[in-house]
This record gives sequence, structure tokens and C-alpha cells, in this order.
Amino acid sequence: MLSVAIRHRLGEFVLDAKFESAGGLTALFGRSGAGKTSLINAIAGLSRPEHGRIIVDGDILTDTERGLFIPAHKRHVGYVFQEGRLFPHLTVRQNLLYGRWFAPRPGRPGEVEHIVELLGIAALLARRTGGLSGGEKQRVAIGRALLSRPRLLVMDEPLAALDEARKEEILPYIERLRDEMGVPIVYVSHSIPEVTRLATTLVLLEGGRVAAAGPTESVMARTDLFPGSERSEAGALLATRLAGRDLRFGLTILRSAAGELRVPDLALPIGTALRVRIRARDVMIALRPPEGLSALNVLPVVVADIGPPEGSSVDLRLDCGGETLVARLTLRSVEALQLVPGRSVFAVIKSIAFDHQAFAGTTRALPGADAETR
Amino acid sequence: MTELFEFSPEELVAIRLSLRVAFWAMVGSLPFGVAVALALARGRFWGKSLLNMVVHLPLVMPPVVTGYLLLLLLGRRGPLGRLLDEAFGIVLAFRWTGAALAGAVMGFPLLVRSIRLSVEAVDRRLEQAAATLGASAIWVFLTVTLPLILPGIVAGMILSFARALGEFGATITFVSNIPGETQTLPTAIYALTQSPGGDVAALRLTLVSIAISMAALFASEAVAQHATRRAAGV
Repeated sequence: MLSVAIRHRLGEFVLDAKFESAGGLTALFGRSGAGKTSLINAIAGLSRPEHGRIIVDGDILTDTERGLFIPAHKRHVGYVFQEGRLFPHLTVRQNLLYGRWFAPRPGRPGEVEHIVELLGIAALLARRTGGLSGGEKQRVAIGRALLSRPRLLVMDEPLAALDEARKEEILPYIERLRDEMGVPIVYVSHSIPEVTRLATTLVLLEGGRVAAAGPTESVMARTDLFPGSERSEAGALLATRLAGRDLRFGLTILRSAAGELRVPDLALPIGTALRVRIRARDVMIALRPPEGLSALNVLPVVVADIGPPEGSSVDLRLDCGGETLVARLTLRSVEALQLVPGRSVFAVIKSIAFDHQAFAGTTRALPGADAETR
Repeated sequence: MTELFEFSPEELVAIRLSLRVAFWAMVGSLPFGVAVALALARGRFWGKSLLNMVVHLPLVMPPVVTGYLLLLLLGRRGPLGRLLDEAFGIVLAFRWTGAALAGAVMGFPLLVRSIRLSVEAVDRRLEQAAATLGASAIWVFLTVTLPLILPGIVAGMILSFARALGEFGATITFVSNIPGETQTLPTAIYALTQSPGGDVAALRLTLVSIAISMAALFASEAVAQHATRRAAGV
């Protein structure tokens, strides 16, 4: 249980943020300069906020009203930095074991081996840090933070400095961390695919303030809150379960409260729980069930509300069996179709719109299986 | 030719004394050097630029002036010298310990400069990372800062040693040139060149000085290379 409420002035910028998290992975999402890093620095004790309170598992780490500030080295908040920050004068093994020296309790037997195996860094142990690739450095940094036995792990855009291939290499490890290690994680990011895939709770930061916070599915549906450049990736999240396969055409059928979806084949067992992001720009609206249309997914929906116009387009929130979808239409179409809240229509989504970044795996449904979702 | 390598007992004494003086000058100034370098690199206090100036004075003042100031301050009748003599029975003027002090003072700017540069080169974000892993300030210093500045410390020590070994002006002014007590290699060479028939002995000691200096240079080069490798994490 994490509870943060701080106010801090940095020149013109005012960070005034408040959020709570019950565990799992909490993503702090926002464009650069939104105050994400300032917020986790305050949680880790690397900076002292002017006002506020930070509580982890009932322990008060910062309370300015009572003049309380636990220094960083006594907080047991593990920190994975954007640039790794491995110690150059130590080997990988020495880096990993560094925090154990100062850890409060003796480690469980086999803990080091387990984390080394979890992160796939056994082959690197004897090496120095200079020759490691970016992805290897970041995995060692994650292992180093975990082995200090933190009660909370904060990660500051740990994938930002890596290329796409390296990101794909590390994401499964972070998923395993979230699902297997039981350490709550606060994860700073400005990438929607990352957040979709990892976050259980989403906190949207804008200009130092919390614009929205809550379960990832409900916050993601607020596409109007996402900043300009990220808007094209924004869309609703749908909780689904893998229901079957269309072997002849290589399609996978997902079942959700909103209805069935046909998507490109996923190499996962039937019954797997999956979270699917449906980009607002990929959703079309039809007044009647369409005929002679190539798109395979047609869901009956009700227009819930129509957001504020953004340029020539506007986001419609759609209710379908209790789930929320978001469709981005031109203002012209909204007028032509006479769309108003309460009207029953059909949402149309191409199967091809579901690329691999749209899926967020949950390894919980897959005991012992690899977390790859592609 | 063999005559060149026949050391007289006085010459051997001068060589030994020189090494002892330079060693203690280096070791004695080290803790102060580290403390002052840390203060100058990281401290924020009133009089910081004044401290910086005082530390660097021996580098720019004529060595004889430094030696004379030491004599005024620490001589038998100097304010500090009298205090040390009466309170602890420590006399520095005209003793080998005084020669070591003169060498230490002359080498101090070089020592501080070298350590200060390496402290400033330390990535403080690594120290932050160590703190988040549970290391208190003192442990951060011992396990991260100190290992990272060690090459700078060693390089500074070598410079300080070499400077103390070659010290002439401040030494001869503060502790004179007493064979067996304060006569080091440079002052011995000077004395030999002033006496008739001392040419061979002067050349002998000159060669010894060159050999010691070369060894120090090699050591410093090896340390610098090691430091470069370490900084790259290989």
C-alpha cells in the first residue's frame, strides 16, 4: 500500500500530486516535464518535498508537517534508474550483491540464484560493467535493486534509452517481476504500449498535477487526457479471455464482456487472460450492422458521451456490455451520422489493427509458462 | 669508471634520508590532502576561495620564501615552534622532520589538485544509487567514492613524493644542510658542486635522483592507465 501526497515548487514548476496504489505495478504516465521523476525521487528519498506525506505499508517515510524525513538509505525503496548507474569499479556480481550488505534481514537461500535466473544474467556475473549492452546493464540494475530486498521498487523509464528490440527483451522480465516477486512497483513511463502491457494502476500526470488515477482500464478510456503526440496510440483497454481458434484462417478468438473479437493468431493456450488495447483511431462507427465489409469485428454499442473536439476529430466513449471503448471520428462524421449520447450503433474494428503492442499478457494465467505474448 | 659507483657512507646516508623525508612528507600530508580536496570539490563554506589560494601559494611563491615563512613560524623562537617545543617537545627546525614538513608543504598543492580533480570527476549519481541500495553516507564514501578517486589519490601521492624528493629552496632555508640530519639529495649535490673534487660524487647522486624520478614516473603512468580502464568499467 503506497500513499503519496506532495507539493513542491521548482522555480516556475509546481508539483502538486496525490495518488494511492494498492500494489502491483503503478505506472506514472505523462510527457517529459510532467513531474514523474520528481515524484519518484521524493518517494525514494532523493529529494525532500516542501509539503506532503509519503507512506509505504503504514510506515511514514516523509511527513513535512511532523518534520519527518527518512533518509534514502533507510527507506528500502529500490531504484532502477534510466541509465542503469552500475558501479564501474565492481563486477556484475559485486554490483548485484552491493545492496545485500545493507539489507535489513539476511537473504533467503537461493535468492541470488533465483533473481539471476529470472533476469537471465548468469553468464554476465564475472564481467565488468563497461562491456555490457544497454539491455544487459538494465537487467543487472533491476537485479541489484531487487537484491537489496526493497519493500517498493521504483523504476524511472528503465527502457527509454533502449531500442525496440532491447525493450522487447526486457519487458517480459518486468512482467515476471510484477507477477512473481510480490514487490509493488512504481513505474515511470511515457510510452502507451509499455503502460498497457505492464500497469495495474495508472496515474496520469500533467504539468505537475494528477489528471487521472485508477485502474489502468478506466484511465486509458479517458483518451482526451493523453498529450498530443501520444494521442494516436491512445485507446480503451478491454479485459478478454482466449476462447478459441479459427485454424483455417489463423485467427484467435477472444471473448470479452463487450463481445467476441477476432485477432491475428496468438500462440497462447485457451483460457489465457489478455488485456487488449483498442486504439481509438482504429474504431469505426456504423448505424446498422454492416454488410459487405471486410472488417471482422462488429460490436453493438451505445454512445456514452462525446468528448471535446480536438482539431477536426473528436473521441466518443462507447458503452458495450459494461466495458468502455473509445472511437475517434471526424467532427464531420459525427454530424453526418447524427451521433448523440444514448444512441445505439455498431463499433467496427479490423482484425489487422491488433498488432503485438496491443496485447498485455498476464503470466498469472500461465503458471510456469514464458511470458511472451506474441 | 668503477669510481662512479662507489658510494661513500655520507652519500648513502643522504640517499636514505631523502627517501625517508619524501616518504613521510607524502604519507603525512595525505589525510590533509584528501580532506582539503573533498572540501574544495564539494564543500560550500565561507572562505573556500581563500583556502584554495593558501593551498596553492607554495606552488607560486619562491621556495625560499616558503622556507623562510616556515622558519619564522616554526623556528625555535617562532610562535608555533615555541608552542610545539614547550607543549610536546617537538622541534622541527634543523631536523629531518622539518625537511619532511618543508617537502610536504611544497608538494601539497600538487596532491590536493590531483585528488580534487578525481573527486570532481566522480559521477554523483552513482553515490545516489548506492544510497538507494541502503548505504549510509560513510559507506557510500568508502565503497563508491573512495575506490573511484583512488587513482587520483595515488597519482597525487606520487607527485607529492617526487616534489618532496626534489625540494631544495624551502628545505635549505628552513632546516639548512646538515650532513646526516638534514642533508638530502639536492642539498648534497649542491654542496658537492661547491667543493673542489666533488664532481664525480655529484654526478653519482644526480644519476640516483634521475633513477628515482623515472621510477616514480613509471608508477604514475601505470596508475593512470589502470584508472582509465576502471572508469570504463573493464
